This record gives sequence, structure tokens and C-alpha cells, in this order.
Amino acid sequence: MAEYHNILTQVQVRGPAEMGLDEKGLVARERGVEPRFSSILGYIGNAQLGPIHLGMFGTIAFFLGTAWFFLTGIGMLQSVDWSWQALWRDLWWISLDPPGEEYGLGFPPIWEGGLYLIASTCLLIAVLSWWIRSYLRANELGMGKHVCWAFAAAIWLFLVIGLFRPVAMGTWSEMVPYGIFPHLDWTNYLSLNHGNLFYNPFHALSIVFLYGSALLFAMHGATILATSRMGGDRELEQIYDRGTASERAALFWRWTMGFNASMEGIHRWGWWFAILCPITGGIGILLTGTVVDDWFSWAVLHGFAIEGGLYNGPS
Amino acid sequence: MALLSFEKKYRVPGGTLIGRDLFDFWVGPFYVGFFGVSTIFFAALGSIMIFWGAAQQGVWNPWLISIEPPPLEYGLKMAPMNDGGLWQVITLCAIGAFGSWMLRQVEITRKLGMDYHIPFAFSFAIFAYVSLVVIRPVLMGAWAHGFPYGIFSHLDWVSYTGYQYGNFHYNPIHMLAIACFFTTTMLLALHGSLILSAANPEKGEEAKTPDHEDTYFRDFIGYSIGTLGIHRIGLFVALSAGWWSGICIIISGPSWLMPDGESWIEWWDWWPNFFTFASIGG
Repeated sequence: MAEYHNILTQVQVRGPAEMGLDEKGLVARERGVEPRFSSILGYIGNAQLGPIHLGMFGTIAFFLGTAWFFLTGIGMLQSVDWSWQALWRDLWWISLDPPGEEYGLGFPPIWEGGLYLIASTCLLIAVLSWWIRSYLRANELGMGKHVCWAFAAAIWLFLVIGLFRPVAMGTWSEMVPYGIFPHLDWTNYLSLNHGNLFYNPFHALSIVFLYGSALLFAMHGATILATSRMGGDRELEQIYDRGTASERAALFWRWTMGFNASMEGIHRWGWWFAILCPITGGIGILLTGTVVDDWFSWAVLHGFAIEGGLYNGPS
Repeated sequence: MALLSFEKKYRVPGGTLIGRDLFDFWVGPFYVGFFGVSTIFFAALGSIMIFWGAAQQGVWNPWLISIEPPPLEYGLKMAPMNDGGLWQVITLCAIGAFGSWMLRQVEITRKLGMDYHIPFAFSFAIFAYVSLVVIRPVLMGAWAHGFPYGIFSHLDWVSYTGYQYGNFHYNPIHMLAIACFFTTTMLLALHGSLILSAANPEKGEEAKTPDHEDTYFRDFIGYSIGTLGIHRIGLFVALSAGWWSGICIIISGPSWLMPDGESWIEWWDWWPNFFTFASIGG
């Protein structure tokens, strides 16, 4: 029993590259980049890298995403007086910053947030193009659009933070700086300025779904690996025609916690937990500063916090 | 009886670690075993202790119930029941219940002829808990450093403890742990989506195959990790999240790791002073 942990692939079989299905005869010519093999990737999953579909929306996303990256770099360089050495020395601390509060929702001069708004527009179009791509690729193969909707949930949070909330607050200065520590500071000050985000119930829900997703993936990944000797990793086949791997996987959780999902159902649980993390998080951020200014006072008002707090250090 | 259609043939004796066939039976859908009994014992005792603590304090608002760890003056000694002793007993009960639950998973694993990935994975969750209420308090010399058991009081503990070290976002291991949490959530969304989109295709389409999954992901991002690989990477990243969460708090506090009052913001001072950087002006 214990000999079969299936942590790494021990024998890698290598045939000709898989170029992908083309049932409608339309996409094969749109696939580019010669496939390569990496035996390091092969220890964990498929060794094959590529091909990739080269479509209009993917190309737009790639170029505008790259533009955002380099515009951010230019903004950082400008902030350290165009010194390459200082760019590396200060890399963790510097950022391309949003406009100041005085510009409201207007367009500021280029070095006072104008570049930031241009970079943000590039990023917005890149992300939305990539989203369209997630739809079109599934459509080509006649598959469901679940990846597309899950990605839309992440985009909802992205739009709340970068577009809806700043517009609701009446100033682009509420947007997130593009930098390593600066974006963490933004997170920190959002919480401090609005009375501790831990008392925002939607933030709490979002964290529950974040931790819940890690828990579910640990449970699911472990269950599949533990039954891989019986073919547990062949999930689609097990969904269409249940085998002993699914039965044991189900009974494991039934006997452990009195409840089990099915081979298909566990993926619905996972999908909902994962997408509810940004959905609830987005609601929480959208309400912060717009509807509720101070979550702690709000919590005191609604009886789930007390003045002075519940914990103030070891006594 | 809550028996699934295929369940009967799997309900066989054997696989227990202790107790032979004494507790080798089911109650409804639950398997019992010796560790089922010990789980119930610890979980019930711990829960009763929490309610007793709530009764002592006269707090019945579920959001506000909070069982505090002992004050600093008791160090690593046992404290009187109403002065943190309750927290100590509850902590013991929690560790007993979590450990029993893990060993019960081992017994069920053996019964079903599976491998031990699930109890191994659960041990990382136990580690994350133990790192907060045992390892770090012991390294810092007082149970007082554990977190209080309450829904919002433990969040206050997180705020307080985070700001004790300047800004916890600057803790590089905390960064790593958060990156793992976000990544595992994204991977779960992608994996769940891919399976559901193959098993639930557009109207009129036949159900799809792993070849469709590979094709979709290669078209989409240029790489498909495959049906086995996604579970390896998902499990690895999820466990890494738990592991680094434990490490990031253990290294915040013990004086031999961190001078008193040092903040994670200052910790980064080595970076600008690192070799050639030091010689640059401005």
C-alpha cells in the first residue's frame, strides 16, 4: 500500500508532441510555438510545453499586458531619477502611483498620475481580452464556459478595486499603486482608514472562502493521489462510469465526516468556494468607504464588537 | 441506514491501529474506531469548557465569547481555571481532537486500501494550529502569547500581533504563505472549471475527454499539466500555504530570532545595503 505514494512520475514516456484536437478543422493552423519537452515539468505533470493558440485577443492581451509592465517600470525609473542602479536597489519600495486626490476623476499630467492611468487602461483591456480568449477557446472545443465565468469572478474584484470603487469615491487616487511594498501598504491603509477590515463581514466571508479553497484542494488533491492506484486521477472517466476509485474516495469522506461529494460534485464545491472568494471580497471592498466608513464602529453598532476591542495584547 | 448503493461490500473489518475489533463499527454514515471515541471525548470536553467559560463571564453573544490565554505572569506553568487554565485545557482538548481525527483518517485509509495522503495533508493544518498556540508561546516563554478562542477576539489578536511587528505584510514568509493561498485558490478555480466544462459541455455536444482538457489549456496558456499533475500541484501549494503560515508566525517573536521591538519593515534594510548597492549614491 505504502509503496504507491505517486508523488512524482518515475518513468517518463515521451512520444511525438500532442498538437491538440481540431474537430471543426479550424484551429490547427492557428496554433504556434514548436512544442518542447521539459523533464523537470514531467516529474510533476505533462512534460510537454506548447503549442499555444495565437488568436487576436491573446495577442492584444499579450501586448497590452507587456505595455502595462513596461509603463510601470518607466514610472518606477522616473521616481528614482532614471538611475538603473537605484531601480534595483529600491525595487521593493518604489511604484507607479495613481494620481493625487486633487485630480478627482480627471486626467492629470503625465508624471503626476497620467502615466498610471494609461498603464491601467492597458491592463484593463489586456485582462478583458484574456477573458474573451477564455470564452472563445472553450467555445471552439464545444466545452462549457466554467473557466470563463470563474475568471469573470476574479475580474469583478479587479474592477471593484481599480474602477467601481474609485469612481464611487470620486477620485482615481483610491486606486492601487503598482509596486511591491506600495500595494501592500495600500492594503494596510485601506484597513486602517476604515476601522479594521476584519470587522467587514464580506472580508470575513472572503477569507473563509480563501482558506476553504486551500482546505478543499488539499482534501481533493490528497484524495485523488491516495486513490490513483485505482485510477482516481481519471476523473472524467470516473464521472461518466463510476469505478472503485470514486467509490473509495466517496466512502473515505462519508466515513470520516458523515458526508461525501461525488466525483463531479467535488469540482462544483471547489468551483464555488474559489469563485466566492473574489465575489464576496469585491462586495466588501465596494462597501468600504462608500457605504460604511468605519467597520469597527459599524460592528459595535451591530453587536459583534465592543468599544476598546476584545484583545489588546497579552495581559 | 445511511448506506450508499455500493457501500456494503466496502464495510469490512480490519485496518484499525488500536483496539482490534472493539470499536470497529459504524454509527450511521460515520466510522467510529478507537479514535472516533477519543475525538468525541476531546471535542465534547473542549466545547463544554468553552460554554462553561462563557457562562463564567456571562457572555452569550456568540460573536463576543472569548476564552483568553493565561496572563504573562504564569509563564509556561499551569494557570488557575478562571485565569487562563480553561484556555490551556481547551488547547489540550483541541490538539487531542485534531490528532484523533487524523489517526481516524489513517484507520479509514487502511480500511479502504488507499494511500496516506489525506492524514498527511491534515497534519499540516494541525501544525499551523500548534505553531500558534504551542510552538511560538513555548519559544517566547509564556502561554499568554497564544491566541484567544473567540470569533472576533482571535481577529483582534491577529491585528494586534501583526502591528507588534510593524507591518506583517513585510514578513517575507507571510508573503510566501499568502501567495500560496491565492495560488491554490486560483488553481482550484481552474481545475474545478476544467472538469465541469468537460463534463457539462454546450447543449447538443457529447461529453468531453482529457484530450479536450489538454487541448483547451494548451490553446489557452500554452501548457496543460495533466490530470494527475494538477492534483499534485494543488495539494503541494495548499500544504505550502499551511506550512509557511506556521513558519511566518513562529519567526515573529522569539527573541533569539528577532530583537525586541524589531519590525518586519526594518528587516528589509539588508536589501539596499547588499553588496554593490551600497556604493550607489542617491
